[in-house]
Amino acid sequence: MDLTLSEEQSMFKKMFADFCTKEIRPKGEHIDQAEEPPEDLLAKAVDQGFWAALVPEEAEGCGMDVYTFTLMLEELARADMSTALILSVHNCLVVKPLLLYGSDEQKKRYLEALALGEKLGAFALTEASAGSDAAAIKMTATRNGSDYVLKGSKNWVSNGSLAGLFLVFARAEGGITAFLVEPETAGVKVGYREKTLGLRGVPANTIYFDDVHIPEANRLGAEGKGMEIALKALSLSRLGLAAIALGATERSLEEAVQFSIEHIQFGGPIALKQIIQNYVADAKTQIEALRSLVLHTAWLADSGQDFGQEASIAKLFGSRVAYEVTNRMLQVHGGYGYMKDYAIERYYRDCRALEIIEGTSQIQQFLIARDIYKAQGLEIRP
Amino acid sequence: MDFSFPKEYQLFRRMVSDFAENEVRPLAKAVDREHRVPLETVKKAAALGLMGVPFPQKYGGMGGGEMGYCIMMEELGRVCTSTATVIGAHTGIAAMSIYLDGTEEQKQKFLVPLASGRLIGAFGLTEAQAGSDAAAIKTTAVRDGNHFVINGAKVFITNGDIAGIMTVMAVTDPSLGAYGGITAFIVETDTPGFSIGSLENKMGIRGSSTAECVFQDVRVPKENVLGQFGAGFLTFMKSLDIGRASLGAACLGGAQAALEGCMEWTMAREQFGVPVATKQSVYFMIADMAAEIEALRSMIYRTAWLIDTHQPHIKEAAICKLYGSEVASRCVHKAMQIHGALGYSRDYWVERAYRDARIAEIFEGTNEIQRVVLASNLFRPYGMRIPS
Repeated sequence: MDLTLSEEQSMFKKMFADFCTKEIRPKGEHIDQAEEPPEDLLAKAVDQGFWAALVPEEAEGCGMDVYTFTLMLEELARADMSTALILSVHNCLVVKPLLLYGSDEQKKRYLEALALGEKLGAFALTEASAGSDAAAIKMTATRNGSDYVLKGSKNWVSNGSLAGLFLVFARAEGGITAFLVEPETAGVKVGYREKTLGLRGVPANTIYFDDVHIPEANRLGAEGKGMEIALKALSLSRLGLAAIALGATERSLEEAVQFSIEHIQFGGPIALKQIIQNYVADAKTQIEALRSLVLHTAWLADSGQDFGQEASIAKLFGSRVAYEVTNRMLQVHGGYGYMKDYAIERYYRDCRALEIIEGTSQIQQFLIARDIYKAQGLEIRP
Repeated sequence: MDFSFPKEYQLFRRMVSDFAENEVRPLAKAVDREHRVPLETVKKAAALGLMGVPFPQKYGGMGGGEMGYCIMMEELGRVCTSTATVIGAHTGIAAMSIYLDGTEEQKQKFLVPLASGRLIGAFGLTEAQAGSDAAAIKTTAVRDGNHFVINGAKVFITNGDIAGIMTVMAVTDPSLGAYGGITAFIVETDTPGFSIGSLENKMGIRGSSTAECVFQDVRVPKENVLGQFGAGFLTFMKSLDIGRASLGAACLGGAQAALEGCMEWTMAREQFGVPVATKQSVYFMIADMAAEIEALRSMIYRTAWLIDTHQPHIKEAAICKLYGSEVASRCVHKAMQIHGALGYSRDYWVERAYRDARIAEIFEGTNEIQRVVLASNLFRPYGMRIPS
């Protein structure tokens, strides 16, 4: 067992930190207040290889291992959570499934555009009546000669209005099936953008599919493979969210520590108060425990082992820690923490999404419990 | 022991509830979004006597005592935390400080217009370097003949920019410290030299204003000294002690509304072919909300009874604020979880409730300060001094 970073990983980490601190961090406040997707930053991130993180080097990608990828998301989230989430969705939920399930022809057609910043990926699974119960989706994919006709609508599609490629899940004759859909296709319409508590730089849209004709060549994987593809992508993405939680909590702790040193009450910095020290110590403890979990899960993934349950655990734990740490670090700021002039106010709102998106905490609990009981021969249902 | 509310209080609750539903709720979303104080609501509240609920009728109040005041704050907290904050800061701490320590003349001159709602009140305590450490204020008041001249700046003042009357704590003798060196004043905000600095851009309670108030050679007649000269810190602390019970009552209303909203949603929302209310992960959250809310309700009204019957209440009021704000936060956190993505959307009530609730753990003494208050009151009888 050796937990030290390889030379290559260290180099990546330093590069991530430099870019995120210099380019992204100063923009965090503006992204939130203007509710503006950070398109300029995303364009700059192309040169850093952030769009091509998981694409193998032989396909002109960065070829990061999963652990290095989590370091990237951690540093992004430390600078700005909206930017981190946009790139997590792109890499985990679109690029990765294409790598895993795409035909050579599909990869040839889309991988380069995704990797080089021409097409941002978006993942269209959730519907109005299918949230936690993802398998209840109603959108249909009906055969029409060599085409499929997609009909239905998707809600809360992150990256929606920015997307160059949607990974869409619909009901075909053989079951839930995945499709690659370009937004320019006739019948695709980007609709309502959600107004959210936080993550205000991430456009989350309703997307309408009104008799959208898609050639069979755009079906990802076989008919009926859709849920497998979605769940596999979500596993990686849940690990990604845990890494985002890690970066966000590190930043929150950093902000609170700085504030507690500078803010004088009762004749000295509040950092000298035992309760502040305890808050800070607890936050650090939670952050380091989360780091170990992210590292362990990434190691499982990098060594080719099944990491689905660990990813759920990391997401459940990471999102809870993110809430608790941002809540406490806001409290350290007192009244200032409630004001938009301080980064902690934004991180508190941003982090609350982590307990909800890509499977609520309750769904993670179900998935973890299901695996535990399955090993004992007992099947449980949600 | 009789836990039932007297008939007149039941009628009062119905009146406030009607007002909250008909006049406050329809504006709650807009005032948050537009970042503005609902002054039209304040005017209507005044017409109903709701700007002076706890005070005796001879001072323009309703004579409802702390019990009536907590009932109103609970009902307002149900529908709009911003409105509860505006009326709460006005009544519970600003007007309250004059009621507690004002002379008969001061009450006639200042409490009557406040209690009747002709003027809005604000409570000028916090400064940039004096938040939890309230005694560290730097604003000064220097005697000049029959006047005091006030200089300094107050921050985070609820209602600061809409107030006609502000009670202000200032240093009158730096050598004497909190007890003896600080005096409370009643300041009419149209006095020359009083101005508003910046207004805060807050996470929540955006339908209430939080202002920086600047005092530049503000001349206040010596008749406006509130309470004993040099005893202003005590006047302010006494007001805050009482204010905490009603703050907890507003939290109670917010938590109760969250519970009711969640019940409605979980019965209507179906996933996995059944209402989500039937899922244990969900209904256990609802059960926990209800348990905490009922404990809080008992705490609030027992404390109101202690205050109205002139019994010691400092510990209990601190618990109302501490526990009330934490219960409200836990309830809105659960409410957001139960509503999933919809809870995270600004189109729905949960998101606003979530932002609004967070302030109660901070203002009018952070919850850390409440624990200091509790501990120091617990240890004091044993001769043990607890430092802040």
